[in-house]
Amino acid sequence: MSVLVFIDHIDGHIKKASLEAASYGAQIAAQSGTDAEAVVLGNPGGLSELGRQGIRKVHQVQGDQLSVIDAQVYAKVLEQVATQTGATVIVFSNNSTGKTVAPRLSVRLKAGLVSGAVALPETGSGFVVRKNVFSGKAFANVSVTTPVKIIALNPNAFTVTDADGTAEVVAFNATVDAPKVKVTGSTKTSGKVALTEADVVVSAGRGLKGPENWKMVEDLADVLGAALACSRPVADAHWRPHNEHVGQTGVAIAPNLYIAIGISGAIQHLAGVNRSKTIVVINKDPEAPFFKAADYGIVGDAFEVVPKLLDAVKKVKGVS
Amino acid sequence: MKILVCISKTPDTTAKIAFADNNTKFAEAGVQWIINPYDEWYALVRAIELKEADAGSSIHLVTVGGADAEPIIRKALALGGDEAIRINADPADPYQVASQIADIAKAGGYDLVLTGKETIDYNNGSVGGMLAELLDMPYVALATSLQIAGTTATVKREIEGGEETLEASLPLVVSCQKGMAEARIPNMRGIMAARTKPLKVVEPAATEALTQVAAFGLPPAKAGVKLVSPDNVEELVRMLHEEARVI
Ligand SMILES: Cc1cc2nc3c(=O)[nH]c(=O)nc-3n(C[C@H](O)[C@H](O)[C@H](O)COP(=O)(O)OP(=O)(O)OC[C@H]3O[C@@H](n4cnc5c(N)ncnc54)[C@H](O)[C@@H]3O)c2cc1C
Ligand SMILES: Nc1ncnc2c1ncn2[C@@H]1O[C@H](COP(=O)(O)O)[C@@H](O)[C@H]1O
Repeated sequence: MSVLVFIDHIDGHIKKASLEAASYGAQIAAQSGTDAEAVVLGNPGGLSELGRQGIRKVHQVQGDQLSVIDAQVYAKVLEQVATQTGATVIVFSNNSTGKTVAPRLSVRLKAGLVSGAVALPETGSGFVVRKNVFSGKAFANVSVTTPVKIIALNPNAFTVTDADGTAEVVAFNATVDAPKVKVTGSTKTSGKVALTEADVVVSAGRGLKGPENWKMVEDLADVLGAALACSRPVADAHWRPHNEHVGQTGVAIAPNLYIAIGISGAIQHLAGVNRSKTIVVINKDPEAPFFKAADYGIVGDAFEVVPKLLDAVKKVKGVS
Repeated sequence: MKILVCISKTPDTTAKIAFADNNTKFAEAGVQWIINPYDEWYALVRAIELKEADAGSSIHLVTVGGADAEPIIRKALALGGDEAIRINADPADPYQVASQIADIAKAGGYDLVLTGKETIDYNNGSVGGMLAELLDMPYVALATSLQIAGTTATVKREIEGGEETLEASLPLVVSCQKGMAEARIPNMRGIMAARTKPLKVVEPAATEALTQVAAFGLPPAKAGVKLVSPDNVEELVRMLHEEARVI
């Protein structure tokens, strides 16, 4: 099996989701006794350090035309790299770039695509990849029957590995089309940590009564280095920005720790957060459905509990 | 402007998730079906708004599905589509669906093709990009806003930690999500009108799927919540630190 991992980057550095994809790809290659290679479009820092995730060689394509992620252009370039390197398994992160580019590459290579993968492929008989379905309420084992396979790995589904190693970076000369899509602006969302990349997410709902009460939630997120999230009615009422809305119709996340404050835990909310590894619920109603999906819970008033939690976390983190 | 909106049928967001036939099929008994929320609230409603702003526009709907998809496509017509096409095939995988739609879309000469970000059952998010490739059109995924001026589209899309504004010329494929438009409910006039709007059924061209579901499963149940007293918040933090090792 010849594995090729697509490396996505932003602001000059490799996205964490791509380090996960690299670790995952290297593991697939190791299963069949080969080395994984990677491909990057552009010039982020830290390429040779991908060796720490088990990548031996990075094919680098450069050019001004690649500064905008135009799916059409990217898919054509990746097709050239995949064909020349003889890749049989191509790994993306199922992040915004992966979701944009992988389906197009799938058509170009006529390679079956599994998006939202959460585990290594089973290759005992055939090639079967586990993915999340029904917004994390179930999984499906998807069998890929084409000679080339593409996997888009869910962010936070695979741990980044770290070992000694250096990757060799080689230039790849590809034909690059002129992009048809032009970037005319970009904005960073308020939070310091990107919601989909965050290890810890602090989220609050209608139980907080109004936008003026978010200070304590922001403070808690700050000491935890966490991203902020909220339930849908909170975003709908413009208490919080829309990009913080998690759930079935908002962002789907899978952090290590999800702290839900004053959120009832409606099924549509759970659909976006139930892949979190540890869930902590703070709610004054012991009957709140969220407790059924939680690992830890406090039945109590958020306005009393959250300030205490903030203090306790500060103590553990050694900040005052 | 000619707009094509891809409409899929999904179980209601509160449907019980269970599997039949040795875990190879979704158990459909008693399940309520809805228009996939991303297709309805965002793609279709935005198409309707664009038509409201430019009366010369038309909205065609397309679904790949059996006769059981008809109530869904009628509901979409009631919201505001002009006519609908049902490709009479059971959806098998995103590639099979996209290639069926591509045949229709090529013949229709559409300026804009809208899909949802993903279906809420299989969560693939693949049909839009595949369709764009089959049609050789540019593609913007995960769009939160779409404006059209002449033949130029301005699209905002979500990226990790922010948002990007893009410009592209029509024709274009866009996958839509929250932010695009506000949900609407069909009114009586729409429902009456939908009964007589054209719904064409076409037989599928031979296509293949590249993947298939071998089996479904449910994640292991949670061990159960550990409750901590509100007077003992430090104990919670200790457990998160030492037991769960997440802070
Ligand atoms: C098709 C569809 C899609 C949807 N998609 C989403 C989605 O993506 N995301 C989403 O979040 N919702 C979604 N919803 C809405 C969802 O059904 C719920 O209505 C919503 O999640 C409720 O938000 P909430 O928990 O903040 O508010 P509420 O349901 O009002 O719950 C507030 C909670 O706060 C608790 N509380 C009150 N005061 C305090 C206090 N002082 N201290 C502690 N706790 C307190 C209450 O006990 C209660 O449990 C969707 C609904 C539909 C129909
Ligand atoms: N059977 C179908 N018929 C028509 N459109 C579909 C179908 N399945 C998916 N789509 C469209 O493609 C989008 C993405 O679907 P998916 O790639 O299956 O997650 C959906 O939101 C729909 O707009």
